[in-house]
Amino acid sequence: MSALTFTLKTQPQQRVDMSPLTPDSLAGKSATDIAAIELQCGNRKLRTDALFNISGDDASAIVISNACGKLDFIGHGMKSGSITVHGGAGSYLGLGMKKGTLTVHGNVDAFAASGMAGGMMHIHGNVGDFLAAALPGDRKGMKGGTVLITGNAGDRAGDQMRRGIILIEGNVGAYCASRMLAGTIGVMGSVGEFIGFGMRRGTLLLFSQPQLHATIQDCGLHTLPFLSLMFKSFRALQSKFATLDKNRVRRYAGDIANDGKGEILVFL
Amino acid sequence: MIINGVQIDDTFAEAFGVRGTRVIITAQNHKWANIAATTMTGFATSVIACGVEAGIERELGPEETPDGRPGVSVLLFAMGSAVLMKQLETRLGQCVLTCPTTAAFSGIDGDSEMVTRINLGKNLRFFGDGFQISKQFGGKRYWRVPVMDGEFLTEETTGMVRAVGGGNFLILAESQPQALAACEAAIEAMRKLPNVIMPFPGGVVRSGSKVGSKYKTLIASTNDAFCPTLKGITNTDLSPEIESVMEIVIDGLTEEDIRKATRAGIAAACELGASNGIKRVSAGNYGGKLGQFQFHLREIMA
Repeated sequence: MSALTFTLKTQPQQRVDMSPLTPDSLAGKSATDIAAIELQCGNRKLRTDALFNISGDDASAIVISNACGKLDFIGHGMKSGSITVHGGAGSYLGLGMKKGTLTVHGNVDAFAASGMAGGMMHIHGNVGDFLAAALPGDRKGMKGGTVLITGNAGDRAGDQMRRGIILIEGNVGAYCASRMLAGTIGVMGSVGEFIGFGMRRGTLLLFSQPQLHATIQDCGLHTLPFLSLMFKSFRALQSKFATLDKNRVRRYAGDIANDGKGEILVFL
Repeated sequence: MIINGVQIDDTFAEAFGVRGTRVIITAQNHKWANIAATTMTGFATSVIACGVEAGIERELGPEETPDGRPGVSVLLFAMGSAVLMKQLETRLGQCVLTCPTTAAFSGIDGDSEMVTRINLGKNLRFFGDGFQISKQFGGKRYWRVPVMDGEFLTEETTGMVRAVGGGNFLILAESQPQALAACEAAIEAMRKLPNVIMPFPGGVVRSGSKVGSKYKTLIASTNDAFCPTLKGITNTDLSPEIESVMEIVIDGLTEEDIRKATRAGIAAACELGASNGIKRVSAGNYGGKLGQFQFHLREIMA
């Protein structure tokens, strides 16, 4: 058995909804069935084999190669297996993902990991705005699982995030962790302005002093034992966060304009 | 059966099915982990009046604990799950939460037919008065409760298993110091084994009991058959040269653990031998009618 591989023939003119192509929805389907699956592309429906060259037969390990930023909804609601994307991915990557592994070698657009409830997402590249945020109208963003970003993230990363862990090795834009409900976000690089705006609960790990707005309050320097425990759980991750081993932080709490049970921990 | 001049009686220890759990307590150093564990396992010698039988299983190095600090593992046993849960909660709340620098973690992982999850810090978190913070790593939930020395970190649950309580053996010696020396040697050997505790003071009981009493309100009273001062006036089990009898009670997570501990303990006592005044090893039972488990001494020592 070799990985079921979809190789994009040419860059599509319109955006493509990739949500039918997940390991659990393709399990047990024959090659002809898979080729005949219709994908929404702009205002038309196109057969999968019209867009992709298809090879391999192991639907539990899907590979999408030659991918580009027009491919939206990759790994939508996936419950098992793995999807590996070579090239960029569009918006809504791993929307509502529940289990499995989603790896992207390239850059990703907005709303990655939105509504994600479990599993592992690893992006070797940058992500756009609204990483792990709630869709407009939804009240919760990411609800579980782990997201690793080796590059940078845009604005509003973790907006209304409810649970789970996001570890970003690069920089993030403005309003990181805005309206965050709970969970953990780690940022190794710099953060933009209004970090933790309206943050209710949750933890932000930072490695440089951010610019804070007035309703985030300093709680002083502390040695927090739970950090050792958390970093121990990171050991197996393929991330720079796996080697962390310090628990001396400055603790800022907030946003006191919105309950104020969140915290921003800045390593010294 | 005679080992090094010590007679091993053809009898058995009778033990009961109980519920057991393990908690790992860590602290800044072993000193404070031990203080918390000693306090938590205080007044926990017998289920008759203490609710639980509890003790320190062993010290844990920093590499063995969840948070990488020095720790101690504690075992607790009770006759029923409700008592065990209640005792665990109150003891954790009064003895560990209060003890500087400590944290508490599950000592039995998993959730299956064999292992039931019971509350560890689940209700204790409310001490945080709304400032408590939940964190989930690796499928486990932890609570961070703000306290005056920093934060009290505790896992939400620990595992409860079916276990065995009341394994025992008696050491009969020619004098009180000799009986105690044999018990100390036995306890030292048994403390090296995992999954067992000897809940009585220093691991040793001098007031073994029989079921019932001449007084209607008492359910247990002194085991007069083994009291050396009553040799002439009761239906004694002692020969003339026996002047002192001490008992070691063992609680363990499995029957096999108790078997191993019994063997290690008796072997250590017998090493002192008849030349040090150790004459006999016996065991306490109720005729085999009350307990689910029987530990036949000669079988174990064979």
